[in-house]
Amino acid sequence: MRYMLMLYADEKVGTSIPADQMAKAMETMYAYHEALSKAGAFVATSALAPTWDSKTLHMEGGEVRQRDDGAFVNEGGELKVEDGPYVETREQLGGYFIIEAANMDEALKWAARCPAAQWGPIEVRPLVNTVDHFGKAWCATDGDVPVS
Amino acid sequence: MTGGGNEAARAAERVARESYGRLVAFLAARTRDVAGAEDALAEAFASALKSWPADGVPANPDAWLLTVARRRQADAARRRHTRLAGEEHLKMMADEMDAAAQSPDDIPDRRLALMFTCAHPAIEKGMRTPLILQTILGLTAQDIAAAFLISPATMGQRLVRAKGRIKETGIPFAIPEKADLPERLEAVLDAIYAAYTKGWAEIGETGAPRLTEEAIWLGRLIVSLLPDEPEAKGMLALMLHAEARRGARRAPDGAYVPLEAQDTSLWDETLVAAAEALLHQANEAGPTGRYQIEAAIQSAHVARRMTGADTWPAILALYDHLYRITASPVVTLNRAVALAEAEGPAAALAAIEPLAADKRVADYQPYWAARGHLLAEVGKGAEAYEALTVALGLSADPAVRRYLQGRLATLQNG
Repeated sequence: MRYMLMLYADEKVGTSIPADQMAKAMETMYAYHEALSKAGAFVATSALAPTWDSKTLHMEGGEVRQRDDGAFVNEGGELKVEDGPYVETREQLGGYFIIEAANMDEALKWAARCPAAQWGPIEVRPLVNTVDHFGKAWCATDGDVPVS
Repeated sequence: MTGGGNEAARAAERVARESYGRLVAFLAARTRDVAGAEDALAEAFASALKSWPADGVPANPDAWLLTVARRRQADAARRRHTRLAGEEHLKMMADEMDAAAQSPDDIPDRRLALMFTCAHPAIEKGMRTPLILQTILGLTAQDIAAAFLISPATMGQRLVRAKGRIKETGIPFAIPEKADLPERLEAVLDAIYAAYTKGWAEIGETGAPRLTEEAIWLGRLIVSLLPDEPEAKGMLALMLHAEARRGARRAPDGAYVPLEAQDTSLWDETLVAAAEALLHQANEAGPTGRYQIEAAIQSAHVARRMTGADTWPAILALYDHLYRITASPVVTLNRAVALAEAEGPAAALAAIEPLAADKRVADYQPYWAARGHLLAEVGKGAEAYEALTVALGLSADPAVRRYLQGRLATLQNG
């Protein structure tokens, strides 16, 4: 089973930390990455840029309807782009790890080892297998997905 | 009345600590309904907190609580059961209430049977420790969940399910026969010791000391209930040895201090003496089990640090013995660490070579820490750096993390 560890932190605090201290903190993050790899639990990771670099796209107005061919479309609305995140929160999503774990207990054990657990919340969520109507995984989440 | 409420609350707390498990065990012994017994007891404690401040604390609080809880149980049974089954149930309870009323000072202690029930093979292994913590000590699902790193709601559900299993599958509420005792006792001791190690290492410092305290309390309880079992004494001795060093395993700035570097004047002499006495008694009774051997290893460490005697050969022999019993990779690792002291790091590295392919140690922090330490000692700096980096990544404790970062910095600069 795959899990996403979503690392939250106050990005204003994060960006105010001097570069050399940040490098020291990143060392532990690198070590964590190494440990995941050695244990065969690592899938993917990335840090995210601060939310002031993000844009949010959203449909304004109109109405969502499912067409006869199955597609969902908005009628009468207009796509808008706004600066910043979708929701303003005290702590922001700053990065993620996708890991392989036997179950939620194991995933939480890995989350507790993540250095980021010391300074911000980590949301742990299972990834869901998504298979298209030919039975082919277009978003493979673990080894059990049939791949043709 | 002034202060009466406080006094009653304190008395209730004292009784709760001493008697919770005894009363749950007694109340659930015949019905096997642990959850029902706990509900009834919770109501009895609630009544106590209401009436004791006004009426005073009864002479025999246990008997008082038992009587009230029995009444609640009877009410619940009356509501739940069909007429016939309910009558049988009520008669059974009435008999026991009479028996208890006749000898209120002598409520039979069935906690041992309850512990064997909680650690029964039919109970999922991971739930045995939480179940004992709740039924014998009355710890809340919330407290237990924090130590086991799962959500309180999930822990609550699992505890309810485990108690349901006791009732439905009719797990015997009894002390096993002599022939089955060693194996079943091992499960009980493992569950108690697991509580101790949870409190000792896995979770930083918050809330952890409480769990080690409770585990030692359970250890003393099981030694008092089974005075002839050497392994029970061995396990308590092992916990007391570890507990004796609590004050020395952290530097004033919170940094982790390994055993060889600990200031032995910070060790708790009373606890060391108690551990040694227990181990002595256990060894006299024989036969030697896992906990006795592990306690003996700790005893040899104490002797070395206290007197300067070379106890490494004895420690190696004890690990060999332990490996024959457990065949565990953890024992291989710990033996290798001792071997490094006796014969040098190269011999130790050769000894842990087979573990490199063992999946069970791939995310075992002490393996990577020991490996990195040994590689550094034989001058393989780059490989040592790599292994200590993995050890750092597997640590959840900030103090251990800081220690390893220091080691990595030394390797980089040296």
